[in-house]
Amino acid sequence: MHTDRTGNAAGSTLLSKAREESRPYAEGEPILEVRDLAKHYPLTQGILFKRQIGAVRAVDGVDFDLHAGETLGIVGESGCGKSTVARMLVHLERPTAGAIRYKGEDISKLSGRALKAVRRNIQMVFQDPYTSLNPRMTVGDIIGEPYEIHPEVAPKGSRRQRVQDLLDVVGLNPEYINRYPHQFSGGQRQRIGIARGLALNPEIIVADEPVSALDVSVQAQVVNLLDRLQAEFSLSFVFIAHDLSIVRHISDRVGVMYLGRIVEIGSDAEIYDHPTHPYTQALLSAVPVPDPMAREHRERIILHGDVPSPANIPSGCRFRTRCWKAQERCELEVPLLAVPAEFRLVDSPARHDSACHFAEEKRVVPLEGELETPGRTPGPDVEAPGTTTRGRPVEDVGEPGEDVGEPGEDVGKRGGPGEPGEQGGETP
Amino acid sequence: MLLEVRDLHVEFHTREGVAKAVNGVNYSVAEGETLAVLGESGSGKSVTAQAVMGILDMPPGKITGGEILFKGQDLLKLKPEERRKIRGQEMAMIFQDALSSLNPVLTVGQQLGEMFVVHRGMSRKDARAKSVELMDRVRIPAAKERVGNYPHQFSGGMRQRIMIAMAMALEPSLIIADEPTTALDVTVQAQVMDLLAELQRELNMGLILITHDLGVVADVADKIAVMYAGRIVETAPVHEIYKAPAHPYTKGLLQSIPRLDQKGQELYAIKGLPPNLLHIPPGCAFNPRCPMAQDVCRTDVPPLYEVDEQRRSACHFWKETLDAH
Repeated sequence: MHTDRTGNAAGSTLLSKAREESRPYAEGEPILEVRDLAKHYPLTQGILFKRQIGAVRAVDGVDFDLHAGETLGIVGESGCGKSTVARMLVHLERPTAGAIRYKGEDISKLSGRALKAVRRNIQMVFQDPYTSLNPRMTVGDIIGEPYEIHPEVAPKGSRRQRVQDLLDVVGLNPEYINRYPHQFSGGQRQRIGIARGLALNPEIIVADEPVSALDVSVQAQVVNLLDRLQAEFSLSFVFIAHDLSIVRHISDRVGVMYLGRIVEIGSDAEIYDHPTHPYTQALLSAVPVPDPMAREHRERIILHGDVPSPANIPSGCRFRTRCWKAQERCELEVPLLAVPAEFRLVDSPARHDSACHFAEEKRVVPLEGELETPGRTPGPDVEAPGTTTRGRPVEDVGEPGEDVGEPGEDVGKRGGPGEPGEQGGETP
Repeated sequence: MLLEVRDLHVEFHTREGVAKAVNGVNYSVAEGETLAVLGESGSGKSVTAQAVMGILDMPPGKITGGEILFKGQDLLKLKPEERRKIRGQEMAMIFQDALSSLNPVLTVGQQLGEMFVVHRGMSRKDARAKSVELMDRVRIPAAKERVGNYPHQFSGGMRQRIMIAMAMALEPSLIIADEPTTALDVTVQAQVMDLLAELQRELNMGLILITHDLGVVADVADKIAVMYAGRIVETAPVHEIYKAPAHPYTKGLLQSIPRLDQKGQELYAIKGLPPNLLHIPPGCAFNPRCPMAQDVCRTDVPPLYEVDEQRRSACHFWKETLDAH
């Protein structure tokens, strides 16, 4: 691979230069296509003669597309498999099944030189800026390390300059190049992690909870930085987080994951303002909202119980054990991620993929402008459509079937999240 | 008044120097009242709570001034044995991480029952029955069967319920919950917060909720104290603080939270970083990050000005901050 970069270009031209090595692909096609992606971790029994007795189905059939310059947000609770998806995208985990197509080519089975070439274009930013930076390396070494592996990106003499440019791009003083990670605060460390992710001039950045370890006032700074970098370097982002407000802020499209699958996916307005999957609705209604007006306007759906163990996934729809709409059909038939039949012909934002047999639109977040917000003029006092009760939590929404007998968390028959293999709720 | 913290000062002596973690905190909680203490990491919110509970590590920590009045009695003047009696019986604490606060090698029944054996002199058998009763009360299904389980056999939300059960075992009059739902998923967060609020009402306890997320506590708190660099910068009833913050820090904090119902342009971000507690800026600690800072802010520490009967703000320009709405 040739490179004609001088390497001492100024910060922004450094990275925005045409990526000449990029493989050509048709405009408008997704840059990344994920099809039926799965990761199963085997559960074994016995010490000498290990037998597989089951599998933790951490990711169990995930499909999505990522277009160039787009941000796809993936939200879900802990244990839903969102981080495993991220790790598979950057090839830190090998999928058990399925395909990850980067510009049409399946990269999930690549190895050696071909893999290395692809990895250059898909980089990752990790969650915890305290453990993802080597404490014994200087910032310059950390950000410059990718060049050791991909020397064609920057010739040896130009690296220091490039690292300083990168520091400048992420808003750190270039003179800090010889400092160590412990000399920085959490937010600054995350900037270092982002600079490292940018070092190889990638096309796709996978960010796994990049701001959740940061304080609120610093979170906003880092979110703004990511926004700016995306525009400046026309990056495609896969942004994984559990905080729905931040995901909405940064994403063009959002996928909601539950127990290893995407249950609903669509544009940010489709998901947040017109959710059709009951899990999405419950998740949105549970988000803590500081605005007392917004709180009074919304309906709270309190889900019973915990997420079932991924080692023991319910039959049919995997959300049915906590769903207030569950019927016999949900137990027998796996709902597919597609536009539900009732919305197929309507021209409405509710027409987007949702894996529910009984999908119906339900607004849980009041519309913008309906509420008084700090520094803004109060809007008209309108009741959000679809909201039947105001402020009051709606408990016991329907009888959720035989699984949940009484209010409160019911883990009988099911394990808790993050405890693969261990039947947390099994009563002796 | 159930609890009154008056002008509390706490320092930590470290190799790099003296870190002033708490610099004159005042707050009070009445019976049946919920106070939320809001702050970022390093703001001193947990250290204050530890000082109240009497579980501050000393050294390196040192209480250098102030009073902690609990039912009129200054806790700082009590002997360690006397404080131990109050802890658990009169006031209890719920921690963020239930898994590391529970003993992994004892069953939850043993841990819950220990309270009754030690403080009430009950027999093991009676204590076990009491444990089941408590687990029922925090709505752990099949409590009778699960009382012999170990902490790792419970999910995160359930473990937090056990922590709550343990804290209220002896029906204390004050509970301090330090980020009780931070480690939980959003759908479980609401369940746990509701449970806590309900039990508090039932027992008419005072409750201090320590948090970094206003949204989590907004439904249950009566009033809020915002902390920054070891001081309270604003106190107000929940609704009013959101509608019209009277301190630039509170205002910036609220504006920097992305909202679920809108997709703004750029997020408002408070510039700079929280101060290093070894070198708190002179004057108002927030002045280097404050958009309204004037000369006076760099020299004079602002007192807690009275905004109205229920509100206080430690900003020289609280009027201007309020008027900016």
